[in-house]
Amino acid sequence: MIKATKSPRVRIVLYEGLGADPLDGDSRYRIMRALLERGLTVTCTGPQPADDMTPGTLASVEESVLLVIGRFEGGQPPQVEDAAGRVTLHLLHLTDTDDQAVVQQIDQTLGELDVAVNQPGQWKPWFPVIDYSRCTNCMQCLSFCLFGVYGVDADNKIQVQNNDNCKTDCPACSRVCPEVAIMFPKYSQGPINGDQIREDDLKREAMKVDISSLLGGDIYAQLKQRSSAAKERFAKERDEKRALSERIRCLNKLAGQMDIPKEVLLNLPSQDEIRQRAADAAAKGRAALEAGD
Amino acid sequence: MPHDERSTRSADASPNARPLRVLYCRCAYADVVPEDVKDRVLQRLCESGRAFDTVADLCEMSARHDPALNRIAECGGVKIAACYKRAVHGLFEAAGAPLSTDDVHVLNMRTDDADTIADNLLNDGEVDT
Ligand code: SF4
Ligand code: SF4
Repeated sequence: MIKATKSPRVRIVLYEGLGADPLDGDSRYRIMRALLERGLTVTCTGPQPADDMTPGTLASVEESVLLVIGRFEGGQPPQVEDAAGRVTLHLLHLTDTDDQAVVQQIDQTLGELDVAVNQPGQWKPWFPVIDYSRCTNCMQCLSFCLFGVYGVDADNKIQVQNNDNCKTDCPACSRVCPEVAIMFPKYSQGPINGDQIREDDLKREAMKVDISSLLGGDIYAQLKQRSSAAKERFAKERDEKRALSERIRCLNKLAGQMDIPKEVLLNLPSQDEIRQRAADAAAKGRAALEAGD
Repeated sequence: MPHDERSTRSADASPNARPLRVLYCRCAYADVVPEDVKDRVLQRLCESGRAFDTVADLCEMSARHDPALNRIAECGGVKIAACYKRAVHGLFEAAGAPLSTDDVHVLNMRTDDADTIADNLLNDGEVDT
């Protein structure tokens, strides 16, 4: 679970019922849009419905701070409290219906209430989401991920445990899943974005690359082999240069094949560390599989 | 005043009307849902004068395991305007709030036409998913 971000439990209610002036459709839309773009959870009660109108029903309210905003009669919000004491109620009379003025007024009120809210643009919610209807608990993702994003629950079921370790815009682990069960909802293309899985996707997914062994093990094993054959011809420094250029070549290939952002590849840990992490992850996966047998 | 299981008037009042709960996801933390579709759907909801719930970004809430997702899942009977059905169900499940598959309908603003989605949301009957 994301730990780096704030955990706001605030809900705004745009209230237009009894005791408040209804807004026109356009003002309602502009205010709702601005509040959502500000990153807020908003309930729109709508005006008192006419007799022939189907009203909407709303979900119950979680334990939270509830900030009820509206054009209250007489410019004064009524005094109310939640008898059950589950929510902290605050009422705010909107002095202006201009959308930006409303956002400002709410920001100020939340500041006074000491409620911090995440803001779009500051962070991108990017983490793998498992489609358990497809997942076979094979542990490939766990063995593959070098950043410890995956783990298992008490029943040894695969889980995304450290989603704030996930590298933004990197969908690589979804490519190693043999069941196409790993989604990144904010990815541009299907089926990784959650789109339907087609025959072609399954075929493509069959051509997996074991990135961790490619990065951590095999590349260096291969290079070792090659360099021993060419020992005579290359000085030690030369081998290191070749190792580096080979690594870069492989990384570039992976960047293209698996759509891994260059920044992620450039910021990978050292080869020894990668080897170690790959071995740790594989051991974790094996242990989970054995425990599950 | 809105409160638990609140409604501006009980939707069960008419025996034929299926309670309409709408949840709109703004997908505010990324540019994956076309802006014009998000805007048009929201505008239609606002113009309808009906009560509805909205969230800035379901992905962001799932990442934080926001308890609001549990409430939405527990209440069931909801039409969600967001993106792909598999993704939306996965996000709720990841937050420990699995959605029922029977009475939850996901409408995809990444692929579908805004007015078709709005018509579905504002229609009390079943929707095609
Ligand atoms: S690789 Fe795919 S099928 Fe295997 S455990 Fe991970 S999500 Fe499940
Ligand atoms: S659920 Fe879909 S529409 Fe909503 S924030 Fe996530 S990617 Fe965007």
